[in-house]
Amino acid sequence: MTQWSGYLGLILQGALVTIELTLMGSVLALIMAFLAGMGRVSRFFILRAIATAYIEFFRGTSIFVQLFWAYFVLPFAGLSLTPLQAGVLALGLNVGAYAAEVVRGAILSVGREQYEACTALNLGRWQGMRHVILPQALLVMLPTFGNNAIELLKATSVVSLISLADLTFQAQVVRSQTGSTLMPFLSVLIIYFALALIISWGVRTLERRMARGLDGVRV
Amino acid sequence: MPAPIIKVDAISKSFGTFKVLDGLSMQVMPGEKLALIGPSGSGKTTILRILMTLEKIDGGHIQVDGEQLYHMERNGQLLPADERHLARMRQKIGMVFQLFNLFPHKCVMDNVTLAPMLTKGVARAAAEKRAMELLDMVGLADKAKAMPAQLSGGQKQRVAIARALALSPKIMLFDEVTSALDPELVEEVLNVMRKLAAETDMTMLLVTHEMGFAHDFADRVLFFDRGRIVEEGKPDEIFRHPKQERTQSFLKKIIAAGHRV
Repeated sequence: MTQWSGYLGLILQGALVTIELTLMGSVLALIMAFLAGMGRVSRFFILRAIATAYIEFFRGTSIFVQLFWAYFVLPFAGLSLTPLQAGVLALGLNVGAYAAEVVRGAILSVGREQYEACTALNLGRWQGMRHVILPQALLVMLPTFGNNAIELLKATSVVSLISLADLTFQAQVVRSQTGSTLMPFLSVLIIYFALALIISWGVRTLERRMARGLDGVRV
Repeated sequence: MPAPIIKVDAISKSFGTFKVLDGLSMQVMPGEKLALIGPSGSGKTTILRILMTLEKIDGGHIQVDGEQLYHMERNGQLLPADERHLARMRQKIGMVFQLFNLFPHKCVMDNVTLAPMLTKGVARAAAEKRAMELLDMVGLADKAKAMPAQLSGGQKQRVAIARALALSPKIMLFDEVTSALDPELVEEVLNVMRKLAAETDMTMLLVTHEMGFAHDFADRVLFFDRGRIVEEGKPDEIFRHPKQERTQSFLKKIIAAGHRV
């Protein structure tokens, strides 16, 4: 049993890498989501085109392939990334493309009358977006952002393929060293699930806090 | 005789194949209180929305406060207005909507102070002081911290009026502002408007189905039908002695529907 605690240490180290990837990937995904999502509703054709191309490309190709490109192909273009950087880049860009559509949908879900109130009060387009539309849209985005974050957490396991020692990678190490299959895979199963629960809970708390005062009344 | 503050000249506007305004022309004098009445689809709301730049026009010209609304004069030529010109023109005009259109995520105070702070660079303290005066004027000084969802329809509409007034427009547009209210809440909003008319020299345009209020409130009544002004005159002329057959039949229907005149 004492020997297990050592192996558990390995798995927990992997968990830290997974958490790190999830957090950094989520930050990049969030940035990409807002850039591309707002690009999609821009009145400038060129911004709409760039945002659409980004979204379609990263939704339409596999995250494995994107990761391999980030890690194995970019060096040929003179850009060498560490496994962690490549992982964050691939995860952030991939999930960001899905979340961009969430941002776009949420912005469009805010009623036309809110945009008209902005015009009548002479707010500029960006002022209205920043102070009136986005704060209301954010509440619509949050639940789906929670889903996206959980998807990203689960997708982090692909980085084990570029030998980054994340949770899944460490489970395989422990399995090959001990010959035990159940123990490592059961522990990572539980840890992934626990992390996902934390994300769900965090997003729900945020949602409740932001909805305060609205009383569930969405005009 | 002073120059008109609003000059609408041969405006046309279609939604698809439906011609909602058909060469409409009208003038409004500074300080005048105007009631626009008529059946739905007659174009009375559309002309308010056009004045607020919420709809584009298909043809014609509008002058507000001596300047073209949808056009800019550059080197003696009339060009379509750009966003900057429109923003400058919008400072002259405020609008209150049928469904209030308050910002649900902001408290009453922030609803009123947001635009002055953002568009006129008013400092928060000054904006809040002015907002309290306005909220006091509409009888809601005690609701400054409330969220819109906690207010009744009549209270929401009074906040919306205060919000529009906070920008000190020369012209106020009221688009069926009592139509969405429960009957017992209508009067509190109308009272605010009476007060506004009595205490300020603002030009007010009002689209309404409250014929009794229009009669007492307006200096002049315009009867709209099918995108044109069919008849206009003093409230007594329009409501007691309408000349046009279409005005007569409209008023007859309204009275039959239980509205008092």
